[in-house]
Amino acid sequence: MSRIFVHGSGAVSPAGWGREPLIAALREGREIESVALERPGRSEPLWCRRVPAPPQRPAFFTHPRLRRVSPITRFATAAALEALGDDRARVEAGELRVGVVYCVMAGCVNYSRRFYDEAWRDPATASPLVFPETVFNAPASHLSALLGSAELNHTLVGDDTAFVHGLVTAAGWLTEGHVDGVLVIGAEECDWLTADALRLFEPDLATGEGAGAIYLKSNRSERSAGELTLITDPHLFLPGTTREPAVSKVHGEIGKGAECLVDSGAGGRERHRMEQRVWRDRTGPRWSPRRQFGFAFTAATAWQFVAAVAALEEHATVAVAVEGTNQEAIGARLER
Amino acid sequence: MLFPFVQRPPDPTRVVVTGAGVVSPLGCGWERNAAGFREGRAAFKALTVFDASRQRTAMAGEITFPDSLPESRLDARRVARLERAGRALLHAGIEAWTQSGPPSGENVPIVLGTTSGGMTLGEEYYRQAVESPEDDRGQSTRVSGYQAQRQALDLMAALGINGPLNLIANACASGANAVGHAFEMVRSRRANVALAGGYDGLSHLVFAGFDSLQALSTTTCRPFDASRDGLMLGEGAAVLVLENLASASKRGAPILGEVIGYGATTDTHHLTQPQPAGDAALRSMTLACETAALNPADVDYINAHGTGTPLNDSAEAGAINRWAGSAVDAVKVSSTKGSIGHLLGAAGAVEVVVTLMALQGRWVPPSPATRKIDPLCRFDYVTAPMDCDLEHALTNSFGFGGANATVALRRWR
Repeated sequence: MSRIFVHGSGAVSPAGWGREPLIAALREGREIESVALERPGRSEPLWCRRVPAPPQRPAFFTHPRLRRVSPITRFATAAALEALGDDRARVEAGELRVGVVYCVMAGCVNYSRRFYDEAWRDPATASPLVFPETVFNAPASHLSALLGSAELNHTLVGDDTAFVHGLVTAAGWLTEGHVDGVLVIGAEECDWLTADALRLFEPDLATGEGAGAIYLKSNRSERSAGELTLITDPHLFLPGTTREPAVSKVHGEIGKGAECLVDSGAGGRERHRMEQRVWRDRTGPRWSPRRQFGFAFTAATAWQFVAAVAALEEHATVAVAVEGTNQEAIGARLER
Repeated sequence: MLFPFVQRPPDPTRVVVTGAGVVSPLGCGWERNAAGFREGRAAFKALTVFDASRQRTAMAGEITFPDSLPESRLDARRVARLERAGRALLHAGIEAWTQSGPPSGENVPIVLGTTSGGMTLGEEYYRQAVESPEDDRGQSTRVSGYQAQRQALDLMAALGINGPLNLIANACASGANAVGHAFEMVRSRRANVALAGGYDGLSHLVFAGFDSLQALSTTTCRPFDASRDGLMLGEGAAVLVLENLASASKRGAPILGEVIGYGATTDTHHLTQPQPAGDAALRSMTLACETAALNPADVDYINAHGTGTPLNDSAEAGAINRWAGSAVDAVKVSSTKGSIGHLLGAAGAVEVVVTLMALQGRWVPPSPATRKIDPLCRFDYVTAPMDCDLEHALTNSFGFGGANATVALRRWR
């Protein structure tokens, strides 16, 4: 049977740059304050939990491919490099084949909004510098270029659950021996356009931004932080179906015996979300990154997995439950 | 569960195509498209889906949809909400699934490639958000409908399929990556049957983007022509049913061809330009042939990525020359983008279907507008209709961000 081990994790979140600020804020239960985003044409602001400026300017900011990129690329790259750790040198030396699976829901929305606005007002003056950065796979391409890696590179789109499918893709590549390691990344960036869209469905919630990354290999080593032991079937939100049965199935598949739960609860009135109801009897340690860092779609799911890896320091088995925004519910288990 | 993977026999299984549906500017369905590609018909016309009067060109490959969709399980309310990309996807998906038999839809993975999902709804959403910021009417439907998972879920509902959904957005290689990824799932026995494909609709944002890069032809798309001046955009969709040979044979499914290899690499040279020597393209073709156990001399035809842009075609020509080596004179190459334009996320999947048509029908689709072949092309570039016995073929897809993919196919006997 194929086995997949976590060899590193990384994060950029409203709590700061790096895994440590994220985990520290989760342990303290500290909510990051939302800031108002101006919404053109409406008096009431929208709310977002923003990533603060990095304490030191990361060296990769000056790489020729990364100088003009939008925040999402910087978040994704920083999280990926942290997860990759010392293996970066081996990748750059051509000694290690590392694939990239980059997962997004809203994606490069800052530049997309800017470019479409230009194109709509007068396409003859729309900027050729902006357009390439609107493409979903631009951040993943920049990361491979930074690493000098010609290996497999997929960008997956979908709702919050796309990150979990990214883990499955990575497991497939590793099992088939296509690569030696895979970076799975979830990343999003704040923009009034995304926040306004979220307002239509979840008016009490603030969006979030940032990235999380998990580095997987098929062998256990001293560096292994845990093992990915289960990913459930996806339970789809097909037209005409309700969410609760889907979320309940995930509960049944991952809940039993898990010492710790990392869920996708986001706070607010949770009008459209079933997870809190289905897991209401759950006792024991429980983390909900979206409550503290904002509703950040795939990035928030990546934070769930980064948190789960950290939780393995204290718990033998951690369950991760993800109720997606509009695609499906899915879950996973990690073991020490 | 999706993981851990169930223990299977270690030897890979053969993967056959038991259904294929296609919608392109040439029309809806296998027959109409096969006839058009075989003749080398060009299907460009003046754009009607948005105002292109301020663009450098207003020509593209636009789909003319039939009045109604084929019958499916999707309810009328959802059908009424479909935009162009979702409509094309449903046409192709229903054709493929119907043609294949179809097998049980329970736990069938679906892998689709797209660059922009239902972007026209995203554009409508933005315009209303800016022009009438206090008016939320219809906005939640637009914002949901724009996302790629919406079109995919509609397809699954239409076909009665329930399984894992993967949406690959690797720019212009998305469709080929989707077919390749599904091929690997079936080949490694993680699935008996998988649906794979690609789709994209014409949208103003993307059209303006390519125009801003001055990548669009102001004449016509002439892949590998010495005086080529750019690509033309199109829209469409293709869906394939990939199936384990044993399973297909057992249920007596029609077999249209065999997928035998897949290679994917990343060109790190530049976000929008290929490395001039085409190193990553060469490796992509090499990997696909390694999986397929093919030598260049075994490959009769390559459906090239061949966008018609100066840089893409020269890099690809160089890669094909180097890959083929001493067999280069014998390999036939053409780009069907000269007929239908660049279908972006749909391109790779549509071109897999065109290549299957060519293998099955024993013809090579010509590049209609190419007149003076670039002297870089040392291979046999086909510009006129040609009947030809083909056994093995490759189809290349090379996208923005350096996403490169090659799919290898074999004629089914």
